[in-house]
Amino acid sequence: MTTAEKHTSSEQMIAAAARALRDGERTFVGIGQPNLAAMLAKQLHAPRLVMIYESGAVGANPTRLPFSIGDPCLVTGVASLQSMMDIFGLFLQGGLIDTGLLGAAQVDRFGNLNSTAIGDYFKPKARLAGSGGACDIATLAHRVIVITPHQRQRLPERVDFVTTPGFLSGRSERDRLGMPGGGPELVITDIGTMEPDPSGELVLTALHESRDVEEAIANTGWPLRIAPVLRRTKPPTEQELTLLRALDPKRVYLR
Amino acid sequence: MSRVEDAVSKVTTLSDAVSRLIDDGDSVCLAGLTHLIPYAAAHEIIRQGKRNLELIRATPDLLCEQMLVAGSLRKVVYSWAGNPGLGLLRVFRKAVEEGRIETEEYTHYGMVARLMAGAMHLPFFPIRTMAGTDLPKVNTNIKTISDPYTGEVLHTVPALNPDVTVMHVQRCDHQGNAHIWGFVGEVKEAAFAARRLIVTTEEVVNTEMILSDPNRVLVPGFKVDAVVAAPWGAHPSYAQGYYDRDNAFYHEWSQSTANEDRVRAWLAEYVLGTPNHVGYLERIGHHRLDGLRVPEGLAAPVNYGVYGGAVG
Repeated sequence: MTTAEKHTSSEQMIAAAARALRDGERTFVGIGQPNLAAMLAKQLHAPRLVMIYESGAVGANPTRLPFSIGDPCLVTGVASLQSMMDIFGLFLQGGLIDTGLLGAAQVDRFGNLNSTAIGDYFKPKARLAGSGGACDIATLAHRVIVITPHQRQRLPERVDFVTTPGFLSGRSERDRLGMPGGGPELVITDIGTMEPDPSGELVLTALHESRDVEEAIANTGWPLRIAPVLRRTKPPTEQELTLLRALDPKRVYLR
Repeated sequence: MSRVEDAVSKVTTLSDAVSRLIDDGDSVCLAGLTHLIPYAAAHEIIRQGKRNLELIRATPDLLCEQMLVAGSLRKVVYSWAGNPGLGLLRVFRKAVEEGRIETEEYTHYGMVARLMAGAMHLPFFPIRTMAGTDLPKVNTNIKTISDPYTGEVLHTVPALNPDVTVMHVQRCDHQGNAHIWGFVGEVKEAAFAARRLIVTTEEVVNTEMILSDPNRVLVPGFKVDAVVAAPWGAHPSYAQGYYDRDNAFYHEWSQSTANEDRVRAWLAEYVLGTPNHVGYLERIGHHRLDGLRVPEGLAAPVNYGVYGGAVG
């Protein structure tokens, strides 16, 4: 694939996530697709994006796609290194993080994320990796962007386990608990994007090229509502695809 | 000669440190957030057949599966159990699903806050996270407290004081005054929280080198019980400035060790089949290790100045 006409759904999602990042923002970045999105944004419209990793990198300028969160390639050219306690305590809880970029195994109607277990926690169908910093980030960052494939089992009415809070049972519950961060602002799937309405429920706000509403509804586990104004996202540009494929030449995360 | 130079050396073998300082049933924190992971120490724990250990690691990594299959572990306390960058720890996950290993999970902030409370001799640490989630429902150690000043409800995690912490560092002197750079993760909190502390190091260097840059000493030597020279002691993970991650190792692990027999076979060849860490490195192969070395990238020296003379 060398032209913009042919791109994978991962490339579409990552390009959309990159475009949602703003220049100058302090963004908490995870390994994999979120990392690709942040690196792409930094090479295009957001050169002053401050990439922050839970391992302690603040203002990273990675020279390759990091293998893991503690990859020393995140140290090469970094603006500052901090301990984990300081990253979570001083930076995140201290209110200095604008955006968290997260993935999850399940995302529900109110933007809650599950990365802990499928099925009952104590008798799980599958046990997953767990929160890592995700719960902390989604509680404390000013806004959260989520990337997930649009599949019915991944988008249930209610996640099997709330690892990471969205709006819980609705925006009023999040407000009542006094969480400092604003919660999920944008969920990017391979079909389109969803955003919370005033109650905190995710509604379809945009479709990617050649995707339709019926497809989005059929692949969502709750009765998906459509925003009054439904936008069309632009497909990844040739420049975005060239940069992404240079960042991940073995297509570890671009599949 | 300073008094530090004169003190009795704490340098010993890995075999001695592990047999003397780690007992069956201990809670053992092998510190380091995907960087400077004390693999050499984990392998020696396996060789010595330690049993019923409670492993404390934010990111249990592959060593958790090695220790699990070796029969070393009773429980794992963690916050993110994956193969970093590559997916799931399938052997660990299967053991959890089948109820063969006890787990206690937190968020990353919760994990490091537990160690911080333990290090500071506080009973718990209040944190603004985990509200509204299911984590407190499945882990009753996560509780809430009302702020005595405002009445605000905060979540709390209990102090964590490992019986033993092992930290791997780039260099330290014979007293355990260690320099660490690059990602320091939760190493400092884990070291101060521990009842006993083992330092494994890429290099044992003279005290003057350590004294030349005291800001880089995260943990003072007097907190350290044993110092062990273990070059490549974090393999297959990274050591900033010394070597890169053996990423092929992590890839092969994720592809080939979906069942315990494969892990058992690996352990038989590389850990139980080698007498010590040097033997492990020979089995891995020096050609492979050489390929992980990284080009030099020196920091500019800092000027501490020289202060002294009489007052007044």
